[in-house]
Amino acid sequence: MDYISLFLRSAFVENLALTYFLGMCTFLAVSKNVKTALGLGVAVIVIQTITIPVNNLLYEFILKAGALSWTGSSYMGDLDLSYLGYISYIGTIAAMVQMLEMVLDRFFPALYNTLGIFLPLITVNCAILGGTLFMVEREYDFAEACVFGLGSGVGWALAIAALAGIREKIRYSDVPAGLRGLGITFVTVGLMALGFMAFSGV
Amino acid sequence: MIRKLLDSIHPMFAKGGKFEKLYPLYEAQDTFLYTPGEVTEGSTHVRDSLDLKRMMTMVIIALGPCIFFALYNTGWQSNKIISEAIAASKAASADTPTSFIQDEGENTTSDGGPEAIDDSGTDTANTAATPEVFKPEGWRYTVMDWLGVDYTQATTFYGDLFSTRIIGCMIHGLLFFLPVYIVCMAVGGTCELIFSIIRGHEINEGFLVTGMLFPLTLPPSIPLWEVGLGIAFGVIIGKEIFGGTGMNFLNIALTARAFLYFSHAPEMSGMKVWTGVDGYSGATSLGAWAEEGAAGMNSLSGSVSIGSGKQAEVIAESIPNSLSWFNAFIGNMHGSMGETSTFACLLGAVILIGAGIGSWRIMASIVAGMAIFSVLLNVISTSFGAENVPAMFSMGPQWHLVLGGFGFGTVFMATDPVSASMTNKGKYIYGFLIGFMTVLVRCVNPAFPEGIMLAILFANVFAPLIDFFVVQANVKRRMAYSAT
Repeated sequence: MDYISLFLRSAFVENLALTYFLGMCTFLAVSKNVKTALGLGVAVIVIQTITIPVNNLLYEFILKAGALSWTGSSYMGDLDLSYLGYISYIGTIAAMVQMLEMVLDRFFPALYNTLGIFLPLITVNCAILGGTLFMVEREYDFAEACVFGLGSGVGWALAIAALAGIREKIRYSDVPAGLRGLGITFVTVGLMALGFMAFSGV
Repeated sequence: MIRKLLDSIHPMFAKGGKFEKLYPLYEAQDTFLYTPGEVTEGSTHVRDSLDLKRMMTMVIIALGPCIFFALYNTGWQSNKIISEAIAASKAASADTPTSFIQDEGENTTSDGGPEAIDDSGTDTANTAATPEVFKPEGWRYTVMDWLGVDYTQATTFYGDLFSTRIIGCMIHGLLFFLPVYIVCMAVGGTCELIFSIIRGHEINEGFLVTGMLFPLTLPPSIPLWEVGLGIAFGVIIGKEIFGGTGMNFLNIALTARAFLYFSHAPEMSGMKVWTGVDGYSGATSLGAWAEEGAAGMNSLSGSVSIGSGKQAEVIAESIPNSLSWFNAFIGNMHGSMGETSTFACLLGAVILIGAGIGSWRIMASIVAGMAIFSVLLNVISTSFGAENVPAMFSMGPQWHLVLGGFGFGTVFMATDPVSASMTNKGKYIYGFLIGFMTVLVRCVNPAFPEGIMLAILFANVFAPLIDFFVVQANVKRRMAYSAT
């Protein structure tokens, strides 16, 4: 029950895209049509579900204050390596993205081609790093980190798919010249966030 | 005659005329009043007797029962509270004529209980000899006194509905509704006019619907400047910057209401806003259920107080009145002006479905989604024990149907053809999502007692995506079919 509520919470209540506005660059850039958006959404789900638990292990057993005490040496046990957090997390994310890219290239070339440059861009997507940092800050254990990774990825994917659906729908809308393109997309995202306010306070 | 007048001023607004820029304004008046002059001539056009103008007019007609009940209920609830306050103050003056406090000739406060007698003891200098009865203040009462309308003797909801006292209730309600409506039309209409002049499109009848729906979703005591702010947000951000009618993706009236709800919460929620009488405080039926469960339906009480903060004195505790299912169905309860009567919404639904405007698929699936999920929560509530889960879990589907804005949202908001799903299968999913989300927000989210508004906005966000999947599924099925 706790895991279900954590999943729903991370997917809807604390939606990375529409509540924290994380990962906006890819969110706005790759939402022109639903198919690509879904592809990217799936990629983000996969990356989140892998990197957050991996980073959780990294934090628990290497970086946290006193995390190295499993080595048995008292010198190692006293170390607090958490200042290496950012660089280690980003390193993990980059490695995971690289691996995912190779897998996609080998098995799903069509998706690999549509995602193009955006796949490597996930590496520096703040939603991914944000997910890891939330995990560290909220002190999730390994199982929770898995659920949180999946949930936050699903939430982000849902949001980008919905945005892409809306953008396809308003493609023929007569938007004032100054607002066309990115401008109206920002407004759209703002209004979507209004719709997601249904969950605030759960 | 109007036709002649319009024709005579037509050259002034036509191309090259004096008021060329104001053409949309002229055009709007012309087509509101008459059938547009341009009709389909070629043979390639799809011909349908239902043009945009007729469609919007039908919605307004379907809203008729809701507007009627909005006026009557708003007026009657206020009349009732005033009557009770007067009765209470009279009774108090008969009992203890010396216990009245007169504040420098300003408000006369009387008390409904013995505790206020102590106050009067400390305030002997002001003790007035002439007992005064409660008198509501404000321009509305000046107007009604001037018209000679009686607003002090409410009997029962149905008793007043079928007697001449209905006039007092209707006028009282009108005095609450009309200012809101006028502000809404003036501010929203101005925004619409400015956009249509600059962007060169025509003012659309759609605005008449938005301008009617939005005031009906507001509580009667809403400050007028907030009405203006809300409708301006709805019209500009919700519609015009997307290009006007039919190009937006969220329901306009709900966008406006949600904006007000989150930015000006004190005037849009809580205890104080649901009746027009100043100082009256009483929970909505949904709020009462969230607090106390089903027992809350039997003790809907409220109180009238004068002054604010610690100086506020309760002058009349209204008798706790119970709310039966039938009363809730007809609409005899507090709430936003137009939303209380499920019965009126049902009449509207019949008109909308009969005219082929509202989608019965959406309405039916919302009710189904609501019923299934609320029954599920009822089961959870009984199996885990009612005290372990929020009180709202115990609310049955028949109560979800009649309390709050469920009927109004289902019939008039969710079926908005612009922001709903377009495909038939998509409509079922869309409606089900709304029904499910409504119950979810009402029961699980303690921050919001009412869920249908947020549920519809949420479903609006996902409507295009639902359509996409339905279309893709169709494409796949046909591909498979044509391949064999």
